[in-house]
Amino acid sequence: MLELTAFELAQKIHAKEISAREAAEVANTRVEKVEGDINAFVTTTPDIATERAERVDERLKNGGSDSVNLWETVPLVVKDVLSTKGTRTTCGSKILEDFTPVYNATALEKFGEDLIMVGKANMDEFAMGSSTENSAYGPTKNPWDLSRVPGGSSGGSAAAVAAGEGWWALGTDTGGSVRQPGAFCGMVGLKPTYGRVSRYGLVAFASSLDQIGPMTRDVRDSALLLQAISGHDPNDSTSAKVEVPDYLSELENGVSGLRVGVVTELMNAEGVEPEVRAITEKTARDLEEAGADVGEVSLPHATYGLPAYYIIAPAELSSNLARFDGVRYGHRATASGVHEMYRRTREEGFGDEAKRRIMLGTYALSSGYYDAYYAQAQKVRTKIVDDFRSAFRDFDILISPTCPTAAFEIGDKVNDPLAMYANDICAVPASLAGVPAISIPGGLSDGLPVGVQLMSDHFTEPTLLRAAHAAERASEFRFEMKP
Amino acid sequence: MISEEQVRHVANLARLGLSDEEVARMGGQLDAILESIEKIQELDLENVPPTANPLRLTNVFRPDEPRPELDRDDALSAAPETSDDLFSVPRID
Repeated sequence: MLELTAFELAQKIHAKEISAREAAEVANTRVEKVEGDINAFVTTTPDIATERAERVDERLKNGGSDSVNLWETVPLVVKDVLSTKGTRTTCGSKILEDFTPVYNATALEKFGEDLIMVGKANMDEFAMGSSTENSAYGPTKNPWDLSRVPGGSSGGSAAAVAAGEGWWALGTDTGGSVRQPGAFCGMVGLKPTYGRVSRYGLVAFASSLDQIGPMTRDVRDSALLLQAISGHDPNDSTSAKVEVPDYLSELENGVSGLRVGVVTELMNAEGVEPEVRAITEKTARDLEEAGADVGEVSLPHATYGLPAYYIIAPAELSSNLARFDGVRYGHRATASGVHEMYRRTREEGFGDEAKRRIMLGTYALSSGYYDAYYAQAQKVRTKIVDDFRSAFRDFDILISPTCPTAAFEIGDKVNDPLAMYANDICAVPASLAGVPAISIPGGLSDGLPVGVQLMSDHFTEPTLLRAAHAAERASEFRFEMKP
Repeated sequence: MISEEQVRHVANLARLGLSDEEVARMGGQLDAILESIEKIQELDLENVPPTANPLRLTNVFRPDEPRPELDRDDALSAAPETSDDLFSVPRID
């Protein structure tokens, strides 16, 4: 059963060849077996998985396959930044160690009451980081090489799927946090168009950038999971009133005539290793052989994305994280006055990276610095949006590396914030422009998976998925469960 | 250079307690990060409008109709301290 993709498993459960309960038990058993090595989860929920799987089986028995959506049948890994009613939600932070939400994130509500949840996946604290080392619950290991990071911030979600602790996962992506761990763990990670998926119940990091996205074994699984979670939500005013297309129907239509542009600035961005560049070029050639018209494209301001991102994201998070003040939820420090209580609660509850980014964001927004940093970064963002708009006049798909290297060693960059941030250089332009972007495995470098990123215009996920599917089919890489 | 005094000022704005050791370390780290960010100053963006939302959405309205919200017990359930159906905090100083 662990050889199947989520889509294949769902079809078998629908056809009653396998029960959802059996699938949940296989996932639970696998978690017990490998979790000691991987640490993909903050909280595992084996009883929830089996109980709800039984209810799904019951509904299938009584109502037939039409009564249950395909995606409801397959055990899911949920990043611990998505609110789960009745199950604690820590965001990888000590400040929420004992926090149990009273409502579900909208993306999870789409699965109904019987969401077969394997557990809450580990992550960098409040999704700030690229290695899952910034977690109060210990680092997650990369199943491909236990001495390496799985990427971040959705590293727990990625490692869980790569290790077979569930067939698919939800992560969140602010500046690459679904795509980069997907790349490091040899799987597919999709950041949808900003506004495609409701952010309600996603604990906010940078509200103008955050999106929930699928992390899966292959492109078809991502299409199915995106189908499940997409759509407008009155509880999120930034969610888009745009019709949700059928993401599976065009998947196999091929790339004949599609215009694909290789992004010059990102291919040559600082730190991009030659092997990574070669694998990206190989994917472009594969698409060309499959019938696409491939050329070069320039996003002139792409490399200004990283510094702009490291102003905008901390600025937004420094205000979003103000809610953790020891009053309504989470940790509270003992103090005689309220101001001392705020300061100590936050000193005790937040880790190093959260403190650093709160300081950076508060500084960038403070009187005298606002225009030079935040206002300037928002203007850079406009230039990047315009760059993409102009590129999409000539191209349907843009292609680049997902990140400059394959997975790095645990401990390598955790004490060097700039080296860690540099890892996001290829991922942040799509985040700032709000366009959809997917990372697919392009091949191996020294035995480690390397991701290739495809991007397309707002709300053109069907085209993006179609191109990714064609590239996946042409690639020699196939999902491998590790270790 | 960001002085220790500035670090303490910003930490106070953020209501964030920092140990002396953290204050000493933070200044250098913020300096290094801000220096790497300086690159955006080289662009002439004088007449460029800012972008806050990538879809350029503005003024999203919904019908002004009453609807049920979180009930009081639920809202208070995760609070560290409550009294008389309210959130309770230490003395306001």
